Amino acid sequence: MNRKQNPLYKTKKLSIPIEHYILLSSILFCIGVMGVLLRRNAIILLMCVELMLNSVNLLMAAFSTYHGDAAGQIFVFFIMVVAAAEVAVGLALLVMIYRNFKTTDINLFNKLKW
Amino acid sequence: MSQYLFYFLAFVSIFSALLVVTAKNPIHSVLFLIVTFFAIAGQYIILNAQFLAIVHIIVYAGAIMVLFLFVLMLLNLNKESEPVKSNMMKGIGVVSGCLLALVLVAALHKSTMSPALGLPNDEIGLVGNLGKVLFKDYVVPFEISSLLFLSAMIGAVMLGKRESKAEPVI
Repeated sequence: MNRKQNPLYKTKKLSIPIEHYILLSSILFCIGVMGVLLRRNAIILLMCVELMLNSVNLLMAAFSTYHGDAAGQIFVFFIMVVAAAEVAVGLALLVMIYRNFKTTDINLFNKLKW
Repeated sequence: MSQYLFYFLAFVSIFSALLVVTAKNPIHSVLFLIVTFFAIAGQYIILNAQFLAIVHIIVYAGAIMVLFLFVLMLLNLNKESEPVKSNMMKGIGVVSGCLLALVLVAALHKSTMSPALGLPNDEIGLVGNLGKVLFKDYVVPFEISSLLFLSAMIGAVMLGKRESKAEPVI
């Protein structure tokens, strides 16, 4: 399909300033940080980390499109790869911890301190 | 039109992200996180990054969130077993999160953006073009990521299997 004939094309990207993408991503990132600080359930903490990763992904894709360079989108792809591996290992760890402690409360996992 | 779509999706993603953090029931958190992910996938489509949008939906909404839901149901976590922090710690968390947002916005306010380039190639987000770049310039990282997946899989299986009684736990 030829994008030049698309009537949406002219108003597509330049209509939204890049600052708005930066604002949206920083707000999402801060919500993720807030979630990590607020919650004690380890699974919710992992989900908030995912939220932070996603906000950074969105910002990188926006920069990549606005700059006209495909490398940024490749990096987003690799970040998704790492996030998937991280979730698999993290959830396996959580299941093992739950098997031993019968809880996912993050405050009880302080044995590594000593 | 895509402008209104952007603001609508931004509102949806921020609102559901807030609900992820504040929902008492972990299952509700997971469901709102799925809504957030779909909103972000819509943002990718507005950015004309179709490949990323599809991969995002498949990987996040399809694989990762199903994994989260399975673990939540496996562990049988619900509202009653949800640990809560004291109000003082909650206040400190909200204040520090808002301070971080303030710092980021202030840094954005101070910086000067060059205007968007003339978009020499606006079709970079399509599958074909992205695939060419991935398999021409980034073949080695791509192969290394397969090693990462293999090690993650082995690690998950090792951690997930039941230990014998003789070994000390943790």
